[in-house]
Amino acid sequence: MSGSASSKKSCCSCSPLFSSSIGRKWIVALTGIVLVLFLIGHLLGNLSIFLGPDAMNAYAAFLKSTEELLWVVRIVLLTCVVLHIWFTITLWHENKRARPQKYAVKNELGTTVYARLMRISGLTVLAFVLYHLAQFTWQSFNPEYKTWVDAQGRHDVYRMVVTAFSCPFVSGFYLIAVGLLGMHLSHGIASLFQTLGLSNQKLRPVLERGGLILAWILFVGFASIPASVLLGLVKVTSGLPSCPVCH
Amino acid sequence: MSTMNFHLRLWKQKSASDQGKFIEIHATEIPSECSFLEMLDIVNNRLTKEGKEPVSFASDCREGICGTCHMVINGVPQGPGRGAACQVYMRKFTNGQTITVEPFRAGAFPIVKDLVVNRSAYDRIIRSGGFITEHTGGAPDASAILIPKPVADAAMDAAACIGCGACAAACPNSSAMLFVGAKVTHLGLLPQGQGERKKRARSMVRTMQEEGFGNCSNYYACEAVCPAGVKADVISMLNREYVRGELSVAVGAID
Repeated sequence: MSGSASSKKSCCSCSPLFSSSIGRKWIVALTGIVLVLFLIGHLLGNLSIFLGPDAMNAYAAFLKSTEELLWVVRIVLLTCVVLHIWFTITLWHENKRARPQKYAVKNELGTTVYARLMRISGLTVLAFVLYHLAQFTWQSFNPEYKTWVDAQGRHDVYRMVVTAFSCPFVSGFYLIAVGLLGMHLSHGIASLFQTLGLSNQKLRPVLERGGLILAWILFVGFASIPASVLLGLVKVTSGLPSCPVCH
Repeated sequence: MSTMNFHLRLWKQKSASDQGKFIEIHATEIPSECSFLEMLDIVNNRLTKEGKEPVSFASDCREGICGTCHMVINGVPQGPGRGAACQVYMRKFTNGQTITVEPFRAGAFPIVKDLVVNRSAYDRIIRSGGFITEHTGGAPDASAILIPKPVADAAMDAAACIGCGACAAACPNSSAMLFVGAKVTHLGLLPQGQGERKKRARSMVRTMQEEGFGNCSNYYACEAVCPAGVKADVISMLNREYVRGELSVAVGAID
């Protein structure tokens, strides 16, 4: 039918919902919703640090006590992350191919800086998430974290976090990552409504403003923790913090 | 009548397989009330008189209706301001300004010559679903089918699309979603378009992909350049219509 048509066919047996342009974008949007909801929950939990060591360690112990449920959440999140990234990469690959020759005069034309930086911000956040898991969940950089317990015999998460963030490099990377995460969400949140067909001329400014506000709330919320540690507002009462990088 | 001078950088390319390069032209004594295409006509007449080959560009109605003219002026498909390239006037530029004119850059729009690209990909997308089935014959009574005013208005806004290709040319991903969205919205909203409604979005999106257009990243560059003022609402509607169509097929709904 067409001479210039590329030979790209939708993958044999599966529904075009998983291979078409729009179907894959829906998956990216839907997994994005799950990840944003996780971020909100994660932030609310993390803010328990401002209630003191007892509150945070109790919260951490509660999470650990729901081991089975925790695994369900982990598997769902991992699946969402993989799908979100995989489909973005395949879409991006096609987008690159669709514009073989660039314009001599570049014009941004209505696009926002957040939209243009989605890949950079997303990949940096991915690198950060892996580091973040290695640091606090697997505790591979500082195995001694595993031995820290508080007076009630619970894992001393509070001391671990304060100790880690007292290093300016650790806090610095964290701040950059949550900053880029905020930028990613500044485009992503409003964008997902458009992709799911839930936006129009009247709603779009509201959704864009709302997305920006939620992105800022998440950024300020997450950034407040290392910032407070660096400023000495949150500190450990027993034992000197030892910086994992500087020591 | 005041005249103006411009420094033009015009794209010259023999054929799709040729490399292509910019040629620099000092266009002097251009009447300020010229349209952009008239300015190119003057430049081409002078080139012809000098025995040089003129720069090819496409145009037809020169009234902003037909969507034939297509070029990128200083990085903006169809040039600055609303309307197609033929609606750009030289008085909008400053005297002595450098103006770079390039063809649309999209893999799905191969270059024919100089500033002219082949936009048949849009025709093939239309052929795959941008139509309705209707009896021919005498014109029906205009009020025989009742259509609520807001629906008629929204369909008419989408029907303003002239299929010029500026959306795909402006999109960093060379996506044709604004064009396809305009057709799917226009026909899908009206009672006359219901027959093919579920098939339409699926079929047109499939052809769009096969033609090698990119995917929408919600940059809204298309909306910023559309000479017909089509809004990205139509993309939102296309996203809805498409998934609705695919889900209908997946659950075995009739048609």
